[in-house]
Amino acid sequence: MRNVTERLIEFVLFAAATVSVLTTVGIVYVLVSESIQFFQHVSIVDFLTDNQWTPLFDDAHYGIMVLISGTLVSSGVALLVAIPMGTIIAIYLSEFANSKVREVAKPVLELLGGIPTIVFGYFALLIVTPLLQKIFPELPGFSLLSAGLVMGIMIVPYIASLSEDAMRAVPMSMREGSYAMGATKLYTALHVVVPAAVSGLAASYILGISRAVGETMILAVAAGMQPNLTWNPMEPAATITSYIVQVALGDLPHGSIGYQTIFAAGLTLLLITLAFNIAGQWLRRRFREAY
Amino acid sequence: MTPMTTEQIRALIARGKAKDTIFQALGIICLAVGLLVIFLLVGDMLLRGLARLNLDFFTSFASRKAAQSGILSAWVGTILVMFVTAMAAVPLGVAAGIYLEEYAKRNWVTDIIEINITNLAAVPSIVYGLLALGIFVYTFGFGQSILSAGLTLALLILPIVIVSTREAIRAIPAMIREGSMAVGATRWQTCRYHIIPYAMPGILTGVIIGLARAIGETAPIITIGALTFIAFLPPVPFTGEPAAGLFDWVMSPFTVMPIQIFNWTSRPDPAFEVNAAAAGFVLMVMVLSMNAIAIYLRYKMRKNIKW
Repeated sequence: MRNVTERLIEFVLFAAATVSVLTTVGIVYVLVSESIQFFQHVSIVDFLTDNQWTPLFDDAHYGIMVLISGTLVSSGVALLVAIPMGTIIAIYLSEFANSKVREVAKPVLELLGGIPTIVFGYFALLIVTPLLQKIFPELPGFSLLSAGLVMGIMIVPYIASLSEDAMRAVPMSMREGSYAMGATKLYTALHVVVPAAVSGLAASYILGISRAVGETMILAVAAGMQPNLTWNPMEPAATITSYIVQVALGDLPHGSIGYQTIFAAGLTLLLITLAFNIAGQWLRRRFREAY
Repeated sequence: MTPMTTEQIRALIARGKAKDTIFQALGIICLAVGLLVIFLLVGDMLLRGLARLNLDFFTSFASRKAAQSGILSAWVGTILVMFVTAMAAVPLGVAAGIYLEEYAKRNWVTDIIEINITNLAAVPSIVYGLLALGIFVYTFGFGQSILSAGLTLALLILPIVIVSTREAIRAIPAMIREGSMAVGATRWQTCRYHIIPYAMPGILTGVIIGLARAIGETAPIITIGALTFIAFLPPVPFTGEPAAGLFDWVMSPFTVMPIQIFNWTSRPDPAFEVNAAAAGFVLMVMVLSMNAIAIYLRYKMRKNIKW
């Protein structure tokens, strides 16, 4: 009896653990099956090369590059903010700050990372955009620039805390060796600790990229939702994610081609994220330092 | 190379120290920017929304007139959705965490589950919305209901709950398990009476952080097609005509705080910005206090536990 109960409980626990695998299977199944129907109407070549994205118009065009450009530009702006800031904070916290500063700074970063993205969207639209318009008077009310800047601030905590973990894992003896040779703290940080922790830094950047590419609400609120093939951050544009939101806000019938476009867009998004993650894992293995 | 004079060496050291100082200042500035953003956000929303932050705001439905709009359906919806999310994510996540730490054998099945959990954490939240749209809304026929939204967010925070459960369990020393098994307890009895109680504070922290993340999630809920204008509450069990069942509310249409904020920020009329600010402030208070509780719990735990 005892054994039967134990087996049963083990099975129930195992079933709970498989839910995460079922989630992945579900995601792939939904995205691929709806995308297959989509690609029966639209050729993959058109999807990748057309330079217009007007799926809901009578003259429908399905050029995903339009949405990808918005995604890449906003993510680029975000990373230009988040990578330097996150790395500097990480180096400061791991190499310079004493434990008191760290005790205060870490929760602050955590709180910053916990702010809902819709609130960041509000911040971008109603605070950052008016501020930027004082510097660049020609900046429109919606722009990839202000959404990207705020996205960068949102990503800083992720990069800072993962990078700091990686740098703290570097053994003390390496720093001591460097100090013994007469190196300053900064020199040691940049030339000994950072190279030793580079695989962890790369992993944190990859997570930052994933967050930026998949971020939705900041862009939906502050970047406008007009499809626009542009590489200029001063313009408004739709991204893959904000397009999905825009369609979901409307009332598209289940099974129509418009409905299927969001799954094709979602699949593209997932593939981009996946590509970055595979690159990240490769980088990590390539530069891993073991002590 | 000619040897350096004392002055040159001193100058070199001074330069090095100056660079150290400059970098420290840079680090503090970057941290201050983060702190400033939090203050600016909360402060701006409070100042802008102050006029609307009264009891009426919490007890009125959304309306076409900005000044009469409230967040009644939004906060009720948020609490109900969070309830469903917690009911689904906590048992599943804790069970999965226990399985992976206490039961799982080192084989390819376990490897797949572990790699999978790591990768799910990097999947954009809107993709969960698409999953829910295809599976919960249409295949299972749950529609745009509280149930669909709650389950979607539960899947989204499942990795967070699993990872924190595992970390909490891993911190329990092996001697606890050995002691329990030495007196004849089975594996499950060991988990039930030792592992789970000792891991509870850690699990709780993870659950709160997960729910704080879920409460602010907007994109997946918009993706399942949740309506933005809801001027009614889900049916209260055993009331109304005919009387509502105990669980009728889970199938009800709903709105939540972030969707209400999104709705108000995307209107051209600036009068609604005030509502968005007020609602944003309420949401921030919810999220920040949940995070603060989690941070406090973790701090207490680190101080109290001595094996």
